[in-house]
Formats: sequence, C-alpha cells, structure tokens
Amino acid sequence: MSALINQVRRAFYMDSVALMRISRSVGALPGVATAALMIGSATNKKLMQDAGLLSDEGAAAGANDLILAVRADDPGTAAAALDEARKLLDKPATSDRNGEEWHPKSLDTALRQLPGANVALISVPGEFAAAEARRALHRQLHVMMFSDNVSIAEEVALKQEAKQRGLLMMGPDCGTAILGGTPLAFANVVPRGEIGIIAASGTGLQEVSCLIARNGKGVSHAIGVGGRDLKAEVGGIMTLMAIDALEADASTAQIVLISKPPEPSVAKLVLDRVAGCGKPFSICFIGADDMHVPANAGLSADLRSTAERALAGRRIASSGAPASAAELASRAGPGRTKVCGLFSGGTMCAEAQVFFRRAGMVVASNAPIPGVGKPAAAPDAHVLLDLGDDAYTVGRPHPMIDPTLRNDMLGGALTDGRTAVILLDVVIGYGAHDDPAGELIAHLPPAKARQAILIASVCGTQEDPQSYSRQVQVLQEGGVVVAPSNAHAAELAIEVARRLA
Amino acid sequence: MAPAASLVDKIAAANQEAHRRVLAGDPVLVDVLLAREAMPGLPDRTVLHAGPPITWDRMCGPMRGAVAGAVVFEGWASNLEVATRLAASGEIKFEPNHHYDAVGPMTGMTTRNMAVLVVENRTFGNRSFCTVNEGMGNVMRFGGNDQEVVDRLRWMASVAGPALGAAIRNRKGVPLRNVIARGLSMGDEMHMRNAACSSLMVRELAADLAETAERDLGRILRFISGNDMFFLNIVMAMAKSVIAPAHGIPYSTVVTTMARNGTDFGIRLSSTGDAWFTGPAQMARGLLFAGFTEADGNPDIGDSCITETIGLGGFAMAASPAVVGFVGAGTLADAIGYSRRMTEITIGPNPEWTLPTLNMMGVPTGIDIRKVLATGILPVINTAITNKLPGRGQIGAGIVHPPLVCFEQALLQFADVHGVH
Amino acid sequence: MEIHKLLQAEIRVVNIGLRAFARDLERCKTSVVHVDWAPPAVSNPRIAALLAKLGA
Repeated sequence: MSALINQVRRAFYMDSVALMRISRSVGALPGVATAALMIGSATNKKLMQDAGLLSDEGAAAGANDLILAVRADDPGTAAAALDEARKLLDKPATSDRNGEEWHPKSLDTALRQLPGANVALISVPGEFAAAEARRALHRQLHVMMFSDNVSIAEEVALKQEAKQRGLLMMGPDCGTAILGGTPLAFANVVPRGEIGIIAASGTGLQEVSCLIARNGKGVSHAIGVGGRDLKAEVGGIMTLMAIDALEADASTAQIVLISKPPEPSVAKLVLDRVAGCGKPFSICFIGADDMHVPANAGLSADLRSTAERALAGRRIASSGAPASAAELASRAGPGRTKVCGLFSGGTMCAEAQVFFRRAGMVVASNAPIPGVGKPAAAPDAHVLLDLGDDAYTVGRPHPMIDPTLRNDMLGGALTDGRTAVILLDVVIGYGAHDDPAGELIAHLPPAKARQAILIASVCGTQEDPQSYSRQVQVLQEGGVVVAPSNAHAAELAIEVARRLA
Repeated sequence: MAPAASLVDKIAAANQEAHRRVLAGDPVLVDVLLAREAMPGLPDRTVLHAGPPITWDRMCGPMRGAVAGAVVFEGWASNLEVATRLAASGEIKFEPNHHYDAVGPMTGMTTRNMAVLVVENRTFGNRSFCTVNEGMGNVMRFGGNDQEVVDRLRWMASVAGPALGAAIRNRKGVPLRNVIARGLSMGDEMHMRNAACSSLMVRELAADLAETAERDLGRILRFISGNDMFFLNIVMAMAKSVIAPAHGIPYSTVVTTMARNGTDFGIRLSSTGDAWFTGPAQMARGLLFAGFTEADGNPDIGDSCITETIGLGGFAMAASPAVVGFVGAGTLADAIGYSRRMTEITIGPNPEWTLPTLNMMGVPTGIDIRKVLATGILPVINTAITNKLPGRGQIGAGIVHPPLVCFEQALLQFADVHGVH
Repeated sequence: MEIHKLLQAEIRVVNIGLRAFARDLERCKTSVVHVDWAPPAVSNPRIAALLAKLGA
C-alpha cells in the first residue's frame, strides 16, 4: 500500500511550468510513485482528486495556496520527497531578484513600461485567465490566450466583447499564432509569404505552416482561434473576424482554414463567408471529406493535403529514399502486429486516425475522431494516443515541453509483446523542448535490441531553435524512421501493419 | 458582463484630476502660530490626536500618556493623575488632527496653546498645520508627559515658535517643493530620514532668525540643528496641504489620508468624504535598538504616513540607501524594489520629485485603492517604532503596511455610493 | 488598433503567465514585457467582482 502525503503552503505562487519542473524532479526520486506541486485552485484540486493525489489537507487549500502532494512506497520516502520539494521551491531564483530583472506585477504597469503594446499573451491558470483577458481587451489590446479550463460561456463573452472592440481574441486554449512573422507561444520560424492561416488547432497550424515552409513557401499571418471557436455556442466569431482581417490584408493571397469538423450551423456560416471572400481557400475540417464547399475553396481531410493544396498542388515527398514497408515489417519481433501511436500533438493524433480509418484499420484512441472508438472498447485495435490530453497532464507540463511522460510510455510500448510499430510526432519550435529528438533517443534501448519499429515525423523548420535537420539526423542515427510529414508517418505505419496482419 | 464604461471612465478622469492637483501643489511654509490662532475652529478642552477617531478606553499607553501631558500643559488639570482621571471621564474631547487640516507625528498631540507650523498651498489657497518637532527621547509624541516635556513645549510655544514664525515671515515664507526635490537627491526620503532637509532649513532660516529672534537665538539654533527630524513635521504639514485639494473629487478612488492612532490604522478616500476605513494597526518589522525586543514595541502610530500619500517615505525609499539599512529593509536593490512596486498601486509619477537611483523616475504618487486590491501590493510605510511604555521614546525603525481590510471597506463603500453591486 | 492594422504593425507583447513565452519572444527580438503575475490577493469574491466592474 503506497503512502500519500499532502502539505499546504499558504499564500504561495509560482508559475506552473516552474512547479512542474519541481514535480518532475521529485517524482523521479526512488520509491516515489507520483509527485505534484499545484496551486490549490478548484480545477487543480479536481485534477489531483482524480489522480488520487489529494488528501483532506490538500483539499482544504485555497487558490492562493500551494499543495505539495507525494505518493510513495512508504511514509518515510514520501516525507523525504516532500523535504526535497521544499528545498527546490526555496532555492532562490538565479537572476530575477536583482533590480535589473524587475518585472511589473500588473498589466497597467507593464503598459507604462512598453508603450504601444498591442498584444497580451495570457497563460495564467484557467480560472484567472478570463479576468486578465477582459482587462487587456479594455485597454484595447489584442489577446492570445494559451490558458485552457475557461468555460465556454466566458469564451463567448470575451469573444463578443473583442468583436465589439474590433480586437482579436485568440483562444482560450490557443497554442499557436504567428502575426507578421512574430511567433507567439508554440510556433515555428517560418518564412514570410502569401499564405494566411486560420486555425482552431495549435498543432494543426504548426504542421501545415512547417510543411509550407519546408516546401518553399511562406506564411503571411497565422491566426489561432482556439479549439472551440467553431462550436455552435461560439459560432465561429473569431474565425469570421480572422477571415475579414486576412481578406483585408494585402500580404495574404490565399487562406488556409484548419479545424475539427464544425457544427453544421457554424459550418454554413463560415462557408458562406468564405464564398463571399475574394481569396482562394484551402479548408481542412480534419477527417471531413464529403462536405460541399464554395467554388473558391478546396476541402481536404488531412493536414498534408491541405498544405499541398496551399502549395498549388505540389506533392510533399521524402527527400531521400523512402523506407520500405516490407523491410521494416521484417524487423518487428515475432507475433508483434500492432501500431501504438504516442502523440504530443492532438491534431497529429487526429490526422493519423483519419488515415487509419480511411485504410479500414481497426483503430482506437483516447481522443477519437468520429468513427473511432476508445481503447477500452476495442482491445485488439491499433491504439493512437493523444498525450496532451488532460488525463496525462495532471501536474505535468505538456509533452511538447517535457517529453518525460512519452519517453516512459515508449519504454512500456517497446516491452509490450504486441507492439510492432511505434508512431511518433516530434514537435519543435518556440515553446517546445530544447532537444526532443535527443531526449527520445537517450531513452531508447539500442536499435538492435528493439522488437518494434519507430516511425516519426518532425514538425518544425530548419530555422527553428532546435533545427529541423539536426532533429531528423539525431532520430535517424538512433534508428528511428523519419517520414516527411505526420501523414506520411501514419501511412507508412499502416503499410507495415498490413504486412504483419 | 462588460463594466459600465462610463463609471470606469469617470473614475479614471477623477483620479487623473487628483494626481494633477497633487502635482500642481505649491506648498510654502508661511508661519509658526499657536494652534488656536492657526485653527480658530479648534475648541477648548479638546485634544487632537494622530490617526482615526478613538476613545480613551481604546488608546494605547503612549497615547494616554501624551494626552495626560497635554491636559497638564493646557492647565486643564494640575497634575498627571488628575489629568488622567479627567481624560477618562469624558470631560476632554478627542478628535483626529485630520479633522482640522492638521497632522502630528506618533501620538500627534495638538492642543490650543501649542506652536504649529503653517504650510500654505498657494495654488489652491488651503493651509495645513503640524506641531513643531520636539527632538528625540523623552518627548510628548512618544507619550512623554513629565515636567521636562511640558516645559519644553511651553518654551516652544512662547519663544522658539514665535521666533521661527517671525523669521519665516521675514523672508516671506519658505517654498517647499524645491527643498523636497533637493532633499531627495541628498538621500532623504522625508519620513525616516530628514537629515538633509533639516540642514537645508537651518541654512534657509539662520540669517532671518538672527535678524528677528528676540531671545534664545543660540538655543533655538541648537534646538533645530541638533534634531535630524526637525523637518519631518514641516514635511508632514506640507504633505497634508498638498493632498488636501485632492480630497473631495467625486468618483476618485485615490487615498487622501493614511493615519494610525496606535490601535487602528485608518484611511480616507477622495470621494467618500469624512468616512474613515479602519483596521488594526500593525507591528512594524525592522531594526530595534540594542536591548529591545519586539514585545517592547507599540503598534503602528502617527499621522506621519501622510508623506506616503504623496509619494515620499516608503514610496521614495530608492532615494535613501541610508534608510534602507536603518529600517531593516535590506539592500539598495531592495529599496529600489520598494519604490518600483509602489508604481503598481499609484496613479503616476511626480516628475518634479525624482529618484536618482531609478534613472530619475518621479516618485510614485496617488494611491489607488483599486490597484492595491487588484495587485495585493500594500503601500509601504517607513516608520519609527515607539516603546509601548509612555515617554520612553523610540526603540527602533521599520517598515509597516496598512491592513488590507481598510482598502476593502473603502471599495465596498465606494461601490455602494455609486450603486455598483 | 484594428486587426488589419495590427497585421502590418510591429508586434509588441505583454506576456502574462509563463515566463518561457517572454524569453522566446526576446530571443526573436520582439518587444515584450513580462508581467510577474500572481493570483489576485483578494479572496473575497464580492470584492473581486466589484474590482472588475470598477475597472481594476
């Protein structure tokens, strides 16, 4: 029986990424099962509750308090781990305390320090995010909200207010935007060009913008609208405003629109607007291929064909000799037949499902697209997991920031006697981990000792801080097959699985 | 969900006006008079004290000691014992200095026959008052009340006060805005360090005193020059005269009064009239002189934090590296941090009073209760710590904050007045 | 600033939340001020609601 200890530190705040780093170090101590350091907001307490990390003491904490939670083999180990957590918490920040590194505490002081500021990038915990966004809108700032856990009612209110004021309200839950070449939050360094992107999906935007960049074209602006913009409640407020803006923008010659399939009423609204726009559209409602679109638009079900359409039909292909499915299949251990997808990008996972579904494969996912079931309901299916899903991110950073979780699961998948293929996305760019490929390889057994084939794609550009080619090279040297896109990776995995079936 | 923009706009405009008025102030030390001459409305048998209103039964030790001394000084009782009984009986009326445009340090005793400094804000024509600083040690502001204290007050009222008044009138007043600006560049923050400005005042007044003093010239000059805190009372009257025109602006959420009586901390808001919003006076944290412990200290007391309402004292800590160590606040970087933090809760800088260590940033001026509550940053006040036993004087210096509840109450009242629920 | 003007303007960012986002912007030479954010000090929900209405 493991031991759970909670400890509450009153009136303490630290940004969640810093806390997660500490959680990770403490969680890695011998004998410790899980550790989470979280601010005691209602949302966090619910997450901790669900993860079995909340005791009565932690439950009593308030939104200004920090909860330190450790589950370990025995009480002594848990207590020692808590001590370590406290030590890490109290370690003075390296440079932030001297006068030069002073940061304002409020938006108003920040605006005095940066006259002419025009965008607020908000990534505070969800329950506080709406108030910060409202404050920013009232000061006529455009808002990009990375925070999630904001209610849909708040989202509607914020977007309506932004609309009245003629401002962008990108998000909540908007991971990526590129405004005039400036990458915000999770974004890649893509050249300026004539393709404008509107996306209700962060990784969808990243994949398409990188495919465009790696194939010789550029992006004028990429506007994120948040994953729920095309839901009926929100009614596509921001998507429609973004279309207006890109229509008026002289540097944008064509527009890419990416989203999950919208509700029919919203789809009509958006497609009517598209029809009235003088610029050509490439539309990707992930997985949807039977929808009528206006004459100035083309519909694609996946991200790669969307990028190809924006590239004027140019096919995206491997730069070197493509890997042979037959050869790969021969490397799988005896009796191994299944594909296990471990995705850090939700839309990458959805796109892979589109290909599996189209190929008639039995596939399951924790974030299923229409026509796909959950893993529990289909024990013999190929499984494609979105590791950015809430269930995996309690007290942990997103897998794009911190690959630890995925690397752990990778070990599990390799030793699972059914796994023939492990399918991966490696996302680089601003916001992402400094060297995800290197981390991945460091956690793998040598290629000869593996009984499963690893197939990956790298979402990024040569100009990204991590460098596309360097990441590809590290993966290849580590015995990972690198496909030229997430779609190619999925196709290759399907072909290998077919040969093994 | 969208706030009533018009109300928000009105608040913003009102606060800008409050800020404008503070910056426009032209305070001039014009006279030293007896309190009854300076404040004709000050009734007999009334003791004005520091901080928000308080009754005898709730007064701290130093305040009671000082009241007894003031009663004897005025001749309303023949000795301290009788004076104490009289004060407790309800025969003596107690009122805050602030109700008479006055301020006083620590216990802040002001009665009819004490000498008060008169500062006139020439832009707006209002006057403010503060007693003359008594020096250090056994003095009434720390609760001292024996014969030495009373005798000194009588000499100040009958000799030093009139001499200073004559000298000031002789040179047609001492404009103070410039003195403060110079003081900031000489290391004063005007609350816990007034060494530079006190010296400047000796320079300003010496020749005029020599020309006008009828007697005791040497004693008067020694009295002033031997007291680094001489200027504190001048700066307090100055601050009161500068903030007073910012009081009474409808819709303004700017704090126009902060004051403590040793039991309660009270604030008043520009737009909510005479209402005081109070909470328990806190214990200052800082450095205690050798031989004292925290248990010897009295809770926060005095009207001197009027200086912080106009951007001096703790708000100007960056000007005064010497004070940072004195109040136990740490390093120069910490001092700069204090002043910078105060920019978060104020309307704007005062470009005329600048902080050399902050690249000549103007002192942060005009506390907005909304910003205090939204950021959780409380005004920082530099303060003396007094012995909780009457008449023992100062035992240290430190930093203190008003309790948050003052600001919460003020906001609730403000919202109520404007029908916001 | 209207949206189509924003798209032609220099992007100047106030970053509220994760410090890493501000560092990334600094790395690509974007003007950015990082706000040292903390949850509101006021725990009384009534006061918090009033503050929002009064423009704080």
